Amino acid sequence: MNRAIANRASTRRHGSDLPVNRLARGLGWFSIGLGLAEMLAPHAMARALGMRGSENLLRAYGLREIGTGIGILSSREPSGWMWGRVGGDALDLATLAAGTRNNPRKENVAFAMAALAGVTVLDVVCAQELDRQERTRRMFVREYARRSGLPRPPRAMRGAARDFEVPADMRIPEAMRPYTTG
Amino acid sequence: MKALCWHGRNDIRCDEVPDPRIEDPRDAIIRVTSCAICGSDLHLYDGFMPGMKSGDIMGHEFMGEVVEVGAANTKLKVGDRVVVPFTIICGECDQCRRGNYSVCERTNRNKAMADKVFGHTTAGLYGYTHLTGGYPGGQAEYVRVPYADVGPVKIPSGLTDEQVLFLGDIFPTGWQAVVQCDIAPTDTVAIWGCGPVGQFCIRSAILLGAKQVVAIDRVPERLAMARAGGAITIDLEEESVIERLNDLTGGKGPEKCIDAVGMEAHATATLDSMYDRAKQAVMLETDRPHVLREMIYVCRPAGVLSVPGVYGGLLDKIPFGAVMNKGLTIRTGQTHVNRWTDDLLRRIEEGQIDPTFVITHRARLEDGPDLYKTFRDKRDGCVKVVLQP
Repeated sequence: MNRAIANRASTRRHGSDLPVNRLARGLGWFSIGLGLAEMLAPHAMARALGMRGSENLLRAYGLREIGTGIGILSSREPSGWMWGRVGGDALDLATLAAGTRNNPRKENVAFAMAALAGVTVLDVVCAQELDRQERTRRMFVREYARRSGLPRPPRAMRGAARDFEVPADMRIPEAMRPYTTG
Repeated sequence: MKALCWHGRNDIRCDEVPDPRIEDPRDAIIRVTSCAICGSDLHLYDGFMPGMKSGDIMGHEFMGEVVEVGAANTKLKVGDRVVVPFTIICGECDQCRRGNYSVCERTNRNKAMADKVFGHTTAGLYGYTHLTGGYPGGQAEYVRVPYADVGPVKIPSGLTDEQVLFLGDIFPTGWQAVVQCDIAPTDTVAIWGCGPVGQFCIRSAILLGAKQVVAIDRVPERLAMARAGGAITIDLEEESVIERLNDLTGGKGPEKCIDAVGMEAHATATLDSMYDRAKQAVMLETDRPHVLREMIYVCRPAGVLSVPGVYGGLLDKIPFGAVMNKGLTIRTGQTHVNRWTDDLLRRIEEGQIDPTFVITHRARLEDGPDLYKTFRDKRDGCVKVVLQP
């Protein structure tokens, strides 16, 4: 067996195995879980946060979380979706901050904001690392500009196979030819 | 023997499996000398193709040396070098006699299942879903070739494996995709996807005399390879595909459009791509047909859509109203490989094309599982992987 040309394969560690990708997948599932909770139990969440009357807002935020989570999990380059999560975190923090005045559950809100701040830090770190990874990948471009596969420049090879006769079952109907060749 | 086996989504392993043996007098056993990973193998790898079983041997693009021949096989003899087309054909049924080899009526041994799913059976395929027969594939040291007195193509000694290996699939697939466009010298041919099949579509369109060939992708090195083959390129992440195609055709759209992408179109920033991703993620849609929608929209009225890209099941939100009102012709199907092999082998021998241009990675069979991932993720400039058992 000729193995002279063997083993030029890349054995570098693949992107999907890296810790940042595992973190991204974890955050994606977290997003979907939180989104489902907001969609399915908005009354309980609003009660716990002292924000009764905001149930529809919570449902909308839940929908956003689920969309972002699906985007992160299904994309091979999820940094854009991860930055979307960061934007969502900012919106969530602003909403919670606005709801602290005259709130009977201030302690719960403070706890939620602290937890959210922690997740935001993780989101930002993850998004930055994914950005860096994608930039690095784009910088490494192999040069294939000479791989034509043709013996002469493509312009000179245009129509070189015109001796080939298209089988009858694959031809454009005669009646349509004047238009297509016009 | 060693073989690359499917064990589930993203799980291909190099296993030790029993050697194949002659099961029918028309069979032959081939010692595989070269095989390749095809883009359509990735649909199995990614778990989008139904009907796979754990332990199935992968691979439908392979060639090798005949080491054993069944008693009724008078075409081959031990020692012959052959390329084996990925479609298994009997050569005798109504469809084979018409040259419609990829819909051979006899070779799918799970015909009843295919009848139920597709309405009528299609040909058996190597290393693919059990819907197409579940035949063990050629990413292995040895492979059993059924109906070996019909399908395999004998190779003259002066040609290397790498020159002819792709006669088994991607070269005829790209060729047929363009042939069924019935190219006129005034045509603009737009090709979505600059993977291996897209690259052969580009060269075929040039050789068959298209006025202008436009290739669409997002991977820089694949776009560079497309330009090398004579295409004008559109980076779908940098510019609007539809605007650019209309600009290149005086606002009229390309006459011929080829989908060399298939069911796993990359999610672009378009609304329909995100819709497909979301629906597929929650299993409400099997395929992501963004390219089909874009082709239907931009194609010139009375034009032709050619679809060599593989689709597996149910597609959502296809603007069929536009297909009907614009009078578009759709031609698709698995490739009738044997219809083209003699002619394409001659063109390789004459030096009209050298198919080795597309090979970017060579490795041992044992490295296959890693290479599946590299190819799927388009990393390390990977366009085409050739493995040597």
